Amino acid sequence: MYASLPRDHSSHKHSSHEHSPREHVLRDQGARRPGAMSSRAVLTTEADARARSRVGVLRSQGALVLRPAHPKESEPLTHRRREVARVMLAAGAAGPLGGDDYALDVHVGAGSTLVLTEASAMLVLPGPCGGRSHMRINVRVGEGATLVWLPEPIIAACGCDHEHDVRVCLERGARLVMREETLFGRHREPPGDFRTTLRVTHDDAPLYHQQLCVGPQADGWRGAAVVGENGAVGSIIAVDPAWESGTPATSTFHSSAILAPLPGPGMVVSAVAPDSLQLRRRLSAGLDTLGAPWAPRDAPLPESEGHRDEVVSQTEHTGAG
Amino acid sequence: MAQGQAALLLLADGRLPAGGYAHSGGLEPTVQAGRVSDAAGLERFLVGRAETTGFVAAAFAAAACERVARDDTAALSALESELDARTPSPELRSVSRILGRQLLRVMSTIHPHPHFARLGTVPHQPVVMGVAAAALGLGPRDAALAILHESVAGPAAAAAKLMRIDPFDVHAALARATERLDRLADAAANHADALASELPSRGAPLSDIAAEHHRSWNVRLFAS
Repeated sequence: MYASLPRDHSSHKHSSHEHSPREHVLRDQGARRPGAMSSRAVLTTEADARARSRVGVLRSQGALVLRPAHPKESEPLTHRRREVARVMLAAGAAGPLGGDDYALDVHVGAGSTLVLTEASAMLVLPGPCGGRSHMRINVRVGEGATLVWLPEPIIAACGCDHEHDVRVCLERGARLVMREETLFGRHREPPGDFRTTLRVTHDDAPLYHQQLCVGPQADGWRGAAVVGENGAVGSIIAVDPAWESGTPATSTFHSSAILAPLPGPGMVVSAVAPDSLQLRRRLSAGLDTLGAPWAPRDAPLPESEGHRDEVVSQTEHTGAG
Repeated sequence: MAQGQAALLLLADGRLPAGGYAHSGGLEPTVQAGRVSDAAGLERFLVGRAETTGFVAAAFAAAACERVARDDTAALSALESELDARTPSPELRSVSRILGRQLLRVMSTIHPHPHFARLGTVPHQPVVMGVAAAALGLGPRDAALAILHESVAGPAAAAAKLMRIDPFDVHAALARATERLDRLADAAANHADALASELPSRGAPLSDIAAEHHRSWNVRLFAS
C-alpha cells in the first residue's frame, strides 16, 4: 500500500531490518518463502443496550492494521451519525507482494452498524522471489446489522500475481453498501495477473457473484465485451431489506455505467472508466441516483467537471430477473 | 467421442428455431457505442465473451447435464439462482430466460424426453442446454461446447448486419477460436460436479452496461 513502512527487500537500503513488522511476522509464523508475509486481522462490532455500536475485537497483524476512526468522507446510510462504529484499515507494510497471504475477518454483530474505510489505496506488487499473493476477506453481517464498507482502490501493478477473494454473508434484515474499485496498473503500465472475486449472499441465497481476471494470463479481458480500453472498473453493491418487496428501477445514468436491480433485495452500480477519479465519480453518481439515505447529503455534484454531456437521464422500470 | 456427434451438431446448429438469430450477444450496443469498429476489435470481443460469460454458461450447461443425468432434479433450481447471481444485468437475466424457454419449447417438441419436465417454465438457457444434451444422450462436455459455440457464433453472425466487415474475416476469427472453445469446454466439464456455489463466475462488466443501455433504445435491430 502507499505511504507504508519500507520493506526489507525494497530499495530503501537504509531501513532498519531488525524491527520491521514483516520480520516479526516471519519469526512468528515461519513463512516458507523468504520475505513473504502472512497477516490475519479480525474485527467485530456489537450493539449495546442503548443501540449504540461499539467495536468488540480489533485485532491487527503485520500488514493489516485496524484502528478506530473518524468519518473520512460523506457516508451513505450513516452520514454524521455518531452512534455507529468506525474503523479504518491501514497498511502496516507495502503490498501485498508476491508470496504474501493476508486474511481479514469481519463480523458486524446483530443490530450494530460498522463503517469500515481504508487509509490508502492498496498497491499489489510482484514479490522478490515471485509467487502469488492472496487476500481473503470474510464478512458476516448479522441480523438487522448494517455495514458501510468504503475501501480505496486496489492497483494491480505490472508483474503482480494476486488473488483477491471477498465473501460477504448477510443475515436476514442486514443492510449493506460496499464499494470495490480496481485499477489496471499504475500510470501507463499494464497490470500483472490479478483475479478478484466478490460473492454476496443474503439470507443464504446468492445475490451477486462475479470474478474479474486481468493481466497477461487472462485472455480477452481487453475486448469490448469485458472492460475494453478502460483503466479502471468498479462497482457498488447496496442491499436493503426494504427492497424485498421490490427494488428501485434500472438507471442508465452514464454511457459507461448502470444502476440495476440484483436478483434479490439489492442493487448494483457497475462502471468502467479511463481512470480512478472518473470511476469514483461514476460510482458515486449511481449511488446518488438511489436518493436518500444512500446519497450522502452534502456530497459534491457528480460529474461536475464537464462530463455532463455523457450523462444520459433515461430511467425505466424493470420487472426482469 | 464419435458417439453423439450428429446430435451435438443438431443442438449447436444456428438454424435450430430456438430464437438465437434474433440476438447479437451484446454486439449491437457495443458497435453503436464505438467500442468495436473493425475485425480485430470484433475478434477481441468474441474472445472476451467466450472467456467470461461464455465460459460461465458452459460450466452451468455442463453442471445441468451432469445433474439431470444422475436424476438430481432439486439441484437444477440451485443452478438457476447461482446463474442469476452471476448475471448482474437484469436485461441479460431476462434474455437468458427467454432463450431458455424457446430452447425448451423446441427441444421438448422435436425430441420429447422426461428430463424436460424437470425444468420450470422460464429456465435459463445454459440449464436447458445441459438438460437437452442429456436428453439427446450427450455428456457435460458436449453441453458446454454447444453453448460456447453459440456464445461466439451468435455475435459473429450478427456482425455482418451491424458493421462493415468481410464475412471471411469474421469466420477467420471463429476458426482461430476453435482451439480456445475446445479448451474452455474441457475446463467447464471439469466443473460439472462442483457445488453450484463454486461454479465459475467470470464477469463481463461492459456486457452488462451495454445490455442495459440497449434495452432502453426505441429502435434496434436485435433483441439483445
